[in-house]
Amino acid sequence: MLKNRHLLGWLQASPLALVLLAFLLAPIVMIVIVSFWGATEFSIYPAFQFDNYEFLFGSPVTYRVFGATFKYAFITWALTLSIGFTVAYFLAFHVRSQTMQIALFLLCTIPFWTSNIIRMISWIPFLGRNGIANQTLISWGLIDEPLEWLLYSDFSVILAFVHLYTLFMVVPIFNTMMRIDRALLEAARDNGASGLQTLRHVILPLTKPGIMIGTIFVVTLVMGDFITVRFMSGSQRANVGRLISNDIALLQYPSAAATAVVLLATVLIMIAVMLRFVNIRKEL
Amino acid sequence: MAKSKVGYTRRSLLKAGGAAIAASTLPAPMLWAQDIKDITLRQFGTGVSNLNDVAMKVKEDLGFTLEMTALDSDSVTQRAATQPDSFDIADIEYWICKKVWPTGNLQAMDVSKIANYDKIVGIFKSGKLTPESEIAQGTAPHTVGFIPEPGATTFADEQTNWMTLIPTIYNADTLGIRPDLIGRPIESWTELLNPEFKGKASILDISSIGIMDMAMVCEAMGEIQYGDKGNMTKEEIDKTFAIFTEAKRAGQFRAFWKTFDESVNLMASGEVVIQSMWSPAITAVKSRGIPCVYQPLKEGYRSWGGGIGLSSSLSGMELDAAYEYINWYLSGWVGGYLMRQGYYSAVPETSKDYMSANEWGYWFEGKESTDVITSPTGDVLAQAGETRDGGSFYDRMGAVACWNAVMDENQYMVRKWNEFIAA
Repeated sequence: MLKNRHLLGWLQASPLALVLLAFLLAPIVMIVIVSFWGATEFSIYPAFQFDNYEFLFGSPVTYRVFGATFKYAFITWALTLSIGFTVAYFLAFHVRSQTMQIALFLLCTIPFWTSNIIRMISWIPFLGRNGIANQTLISWGLIDEPLEWLLYSDFSVILAFVHLYTLFMVVPIFNTMMRIDRALLEAARDNGASGLQTLRHVILPLTKPGIMIGTIFVVTLVMGDFITVRFMSGSQRANVGRLISNDIALLQYPSAAATAVVLLATVLIMIAVMLRFVNIRKEL
Repeated sequence: MAKSKVGYTRRSLLKAGGAAIAASTLPAPMLWAQDIKDITLRQFGTGVSNLNDVAMKVKEDLGFTLEMTALDSDSVTQRAATQPDSFDIADIEYWICKKVWPTGNLQAMDVSKIANYDKIVGIFKSGKLTPESEIAQGTAPHTVGFIPEPGATTFADEQTNWMTLIPTIYNADTLGIRPDLIGRPIESWTELLNPEFKGKASILDISSIGIMDMAMVCEAMGEIQYGDKGNMTKEEIDKTFAIFTEAKRAGQFRAFWKTFDESVNLMASGEVVIQSMWSPAITAVKSRGIPCVYQPLKEGYRSWGGGIGLSSSLSGMELDAAYEYINWYLSGWVGGYLMRQGYYSAVPETSKDYMSANEWGYWFEGKESTDVITSPTGDVLAQAGETRDGGSFYDRMGAVACWNAVMDENQYMVRKWNEFIAA
């Protein structure tokens, strides 16, 4: 009987385990293997060499590009967190009726009805040298010359990131906030805490798991992105994703795989560190 | 009840499908004309010549189906090198051919089966446009146009009976400018890095082509004397990138472009006033009513050529159909279609029959147009009395300074290119 139950448990777990093995673990193992291979102009050949890693760690460009990637991730994270937290706070604590809450929440998701790329590209005519933003500012007399840094700059890249990914912050934070027992807020108030003190000592600690989930979403999305950086910077800036996509375009698969392995390791380490601080299982 | 009905339908479908498969595999005697209708050839290539109008005309004239896929140059290279079974016909550029041919994914073509071979322009055979012309630097088409024998993975030095690509389309590229926003004559490639156009210049982010534009600029500036622009040494590559990286850091470039549409938008929106560009992109900007000139420069043109290659897996009836397609391609209709967009056909004399005297005069002979010039899709490209930028076919193709190239140090160049983009 006991043995049977044991077997049954394995059987029940096996479909998911097999799916993960075939579609998650095997491809990653493959990438790691290929990262040690060699490449010619037009083909790749099996080998076990460290050339790809040597070139990667030996090039100052790699460090600069990783630096830029961290910069994008950090600034985007800070902005999406502050906007996301504010929006979630408003929805959870200021809007009283549940119908209104749901309606406003759905409103936040409307931009997601179109594709990522469209939302991103629609910024380009808006921010351009002769775009709406510049024309408006000039007609208001605020500036005489069009602002060049609005488009094809770090500014436009981060703007697009924040626009694309803020919702990934709003949703988990809103979700955690809704679970906070309102009695705790009343208790804080009864004990003489000001609004700010309640926020700082009650709401913030209780929202941490939500913030952490949102952070993981945003950081991994930004670290792995390449298309936003390409379009919004007019190919002028690079992050790690672009390094990989350039390599792939030029048929340098092993080199792309090596970069991917380093990026994967970096992101995993970052997430591991974050999880040391907050136990998100409480949330799940 | 409903469930059993579904099952029944599916089974009947399977039955019908099985019968169809049996019918098509059984060697029943059939007419050629009947067979050719069932043939589908899958062609892929860069956007310039993968036109649905061509596929439609093929169906009409030859009867078989041609499926077209348009990709950017890098993706085309990638696909030709890594997925040989995904295509029957590769419409690629000559420099891509140099990269891809050694993989053995393409098969050579028997020249004796090409009806119009003798009429193909000299550039693709001996390398010389006219007997007196000099051969430009870079991967000139004739250097990778022939192989010594079927199955060879190296190229032949002279014309043989085995051709790698059948040339279809080519042009001479230069810089595109917005004359209204620049307001003075532009005569040299050096202007691309002129600080006057700081934040208003662009080049294309395709390494094999971009490096040649860079070389044209550096040479024109007198900064670097290249032994052969099409086959640079590591030092030459380093110097070239040093000059452009410095310019990039100083904010010379507004953006880099990778696709045709991006280049059109950059120019039309006024983000950029001078940039590397392709001929039909100029046309596209002009058709929006915005002035744009394909500026001939004193140092000459950077040229490119494309051709059709056959997948090594093609055989039997499909191979015959492919030869028929190639012969049809060179017989004039496509040539006329392409020439009316500003490209050149490999066999111009057959295309002449498919163009009006006015069109032939404007596009090929560089004469003043006697009437409105329209594109094959009906957009007005020029008014009566205008002449083509750069003049006649012989003026333009005769002033080619280099061809798009793949160099011996290509892998090194590619890594430097990656660094340049990240710089």
